[in-house]
Parts: sequence; C-alpha cells; structure tokens
Amino acid sequence: MSWAAWGMQSLQVLLALAIAPLFAAWLQMLRALLQNRRPAGLGQGYRDLRRLFAKESLLPEDSSWLFRFSPYVLFGTKVMATTLVPILAVNLPLARAADVIALVGLLAVARIFQVLAAMDTGTPFADLGAHREMLVSALAEPALLTAFFIASLLAGSSSLSTIVAHTQVEITSLHPSMVFAAAAFFLVLLIENARIPVDNPATHLELTMIHEAMLLEYSGRHLALLEWGAQLKLLLYVAMGIALFFPWGIADHVGLVAVMLALAAFFGKLFLAAPILALVETLLAKKRLFRVPEFAASAFLFGVIGLLTHFMLGA
Amino acid sequence: MHLPTESLPAILKFLAAWMLLLSFALLAQRRLLSLIYLLAWQGVTLALSTALVALLTGDRLLWVSASLTLLLKGLLIPTLLHRLLRRLNVRGDVEMTLNVAGGQLIGIVLVIFAFALAAPLAGALPAATHGMLGIALAAFLLAFWMMISRRKAISEVVGFLAMDNALFFAATSATLGMPLIVELGIALDALIGFVILGVFFFHIRENFESLDLHWLEHLREDR
Repeated sequence: MSWAAWGMQSLQVLLALAIAPLFAAWLQMLRALLQNRRPAGLGQGYRDLRRLFAKESLLPEDSSWLFRFSPYVLFGTKVMATTLVPILAVNLPLARAADVIALVGLLAVARIFQVLAAMDTGTPFADLGAHREMLVSALAEPALLTAFFIASLLAGSSSLSTIVAHTQVEITSLHPSMVFAAAAFFLVLLIENARIPVDNPATHLELTMIHEAMLLEYSGRHLALLEWGAQLKLLLYVAMGIALFFPWGIADHVGLVAVMLALAAFFGKLFLAAPILALVETLLAKKRLFRVPEFAASAFLFGVIGLLTHFMLGA
Repeated sequence: MHLPTESLPAILKFLAAWMLLLSFALLAQRRLLSLIYLLAWQGVTLALSTALVALLTGDRLLWVSASLTLLLKGLLIPTLLHRLLRRLNVRGDVEMTLNVAGGQLIGIVLVIFAFALAAPLAGALPAATHGMLGIALAAFLLAFWMMISRRKAISEVVGFLAMDNALFFAATSATLGMPLIVELGIALDALIGFVILGVFFFHIRENFESLDLHWLEHLREDR
C-alpha cells in the first residue's frame, strides 16, 4: 500500500479527532437557537476540553486500576473504530483490517469498559447508570447489526469500504430494505449517543440519567478523554450513517481533486446532519426509562423488517 | 403522466414495505386517535398501490377501484371512526394484554411465518409483484394478532378493518387487480359491518359503562 494511502488514513483520523468537538458545539448551538437560548459559540467544545485537561484528576478512594485504565480504552477503541469507517476515501489500508461486525464489537468493548469502570467506583448512581446502559444497549446493538447486515447483503460484503463502493455504483435503484435500515440506524444513533428521547446528558437528574451517571466520579483529564470520546462517537455514528446511506462524494482513489471534493462533501453533510438531529432533539420529549426499551425494540424491529423485506422482495 | 415502467415495480415494493411498517405501527400504537390516523394512512397506501397497478396493467376499472378505495378506506371510514370516538367520549390509552415489545416480537414471528407460507406461491405470481403476497399475508396476520391482543372494542374494530385492508392489498397487488364487482361487494360488507359494530359500541357501553371487552367475560347477576 502506498504512502499516500497511509497519509490519507491518518489524515482521516486526525480530521475526525479535530472536528468532533466542533460538530458537538455546532449541534449544541443549533439546539440553543431552536430553544430560544443564546448559544455558547462554536469554540465551546475546545474550551471545555482545554479546561478539563488543565485540571487535576481525582480518583475515588476504593477504585482499582480499572477506573484509571478505562478512559484510555474508551478513547482508544473509538479512535480505532474511526479508522475503519470510510470518511473521506474508500479502500484505505486499515479498511480491510476489520469489517462491520468487528466495528460493532469494538464499540461493545468500549461500552463494557465504561460499565465496569462505573461499577468499580462503588457509588450507587454509577451502578444505576451502568445497569440502565446495559438494559438499553442489549436491544440497540442487535438493531445496529441488522442495519449493517442489510447493507452487507445488498453489497455482498461485510466490509464497510466495499459496501460504500458498491452503493456509489448502484445509485439508481431504490431499495425498500435500505430505508428500513436507515430508520433503524437513526434510532440506534439516538440511543447510543445518549440523545434526547432516550437520555439527556445535559441534566444531572437521577430519574433520567444513563450516560452521565457513569461519568459522575471522573474529573480532569480522564473526564476530558471521556467527553472527547463521546463527541468522537457521535461523529463516528454520523459518519457511518453517511457512509451507509449517503455515500456520494466519498473519494474512490487518493488524488488531490477527489480528496478535496470528499472533504467538501463530508463537511456539507455534517452541516446538514446537525439541524436534523437538533430538530429531533427539540421536538421530542425525553421518554420515561420504562419506555426506552420499547424505543430500542422498535429500532430492532425496523432492522428485522428490513432484513425480511430484503429476502421477500429481493431489494 | 409518463413514468418509466421499470421503476413502477420498485415503487410498488416500497409501498408494500410501507404497508408492513404501518401494520407494525398499528400493533405498537397506544392511543386510539393515532390508531385511526394510521388506519387512514393504510387506506391511502392501498389506494396508491391500486393506482400503481392500474398504471402498470393499463386496466381502466382499476382506476375506479383506486378512487373508491381512497374515498372509502382513506377518508370515509376513518372520519366515521373519529366521529364515533368523539361521540363515545373515549379517552386514554389502549388496553393491551401484552406489553408493546413482546407483542412486536410475536409480530416478527408472524411475519416470518407468513413469508415462509407465501414463498412457495411466489413463483406462480407475475414477476413484478413477486414478494407482495407474503407481505399482504403478513399484514393480515398482524392485524389478526392486533385484534387478539387488544381489549377495547374500538381497537379491535380497527384491527378488523386493517385485516380487510390487507386482504385488498393481497388481491390488487399480488394478482394485479380483481373484478370490480367482487371489490365493491367486499367494500360494502366491510362498511356495513363497521356500521353494525358502531351500533354495538353504544349497546356495549350502555350495559357495561365501558368499552373494555374484558367485562364481557364476567357474568352479571344484577340485570
């Protein structure tokens, strides 16, 4: 594999790392505007991270090595997952290292470490958050897998890069099963990134919190890494959605013009994706926790209907 | 209007998938009012698919049938149901015998069963509507399951009408149209059945002060 391809690969990861706080801030800004609040500005994500990195990291008294180890595992797995998703170009060197199933597995590793670290602190809130996280993700993960399976069945390969290359060629045909896959994926995106109908990380309300409860004991650089990881995860999910359902513009070879076009297309799609997310989060109300498994079950249902229609209608 | 003929079956497949999704939405819906809207959407989908089949086959009578479907199933019956709901002053959630997630999982099993049942028959159908019979059968079974798993009389009637919709869908899409006279007969039957059930609603409520059919299972001695 040529140096250009490796350079492209690292550029892609660095780009994702760099703009993840920006995207989160852009989303936050749109939400604030929609709710008639004054937005904090696009630099807020970076300011928060800088502040947290400068602060001292405190550890709970009875915590073990797991607590200190987990933020790095979480951040590392998410960076690794970012290498597998074709953000700017397909057929990059690491794309063939793992397929979509491994990608879901990587995200599952991150989740398990987060849950273990939360339980390691021994505080009841973190335990509660860990329990809720497992409750919801047990249904969200198969939904994500079925959405991926539909795309893989259509493309005949489980590698995300091949799926993107295949979808780019087949622009003309309509696939009902892909519509269901997109619906399932969107619901999973909301669930996994602690967005509003499922979870609201902006509040510290014991009745509602899932994700935030697990982070309560973290501070300083650990918290910074976790926050950055969460922002990266959101960007990663949006990038996966773009790659699966709107892959047009992603470069099929490493060339200056193609990469510049891919960059422009990616930024354009991110720019458009944020208002959709912000609108959904503003219009929907936070669900009660008992309704959340139902929400996750409907994501799984979309995935299964998509698979079934694929087999029945052959499209 | 001139559409490329090869894209028509693709749109028809989309409508079929949409029909299946609406059936699941009916199964999952808690509120009676939204249930009626979903039923209306199902009627509109049915009319659209009939119109598409008319476009595909060039059968003039199917246009009549499509507009009849739109008027009857998309507008008239939902409006009547809506008015009935207001006159009965029914409020609150639909009573279910099983929780939503469990009901939907059973729904998935039903869909798989329907697809397996329809798979051997699919070869005998026109190529354009290959998988449609399975979806229609699945929608039929889902509506049936909805009738079984609900307690309130109105949601059971909605299930009955959804069953009727699924039958129509099977007839028009899977076999590319059916005789208008048969369709008229079935449509009128459904409408009359609906009117009779509407009368029954008032009787049930007069006797039990509720539309919950759960009460019908008990003997009452004081009347």
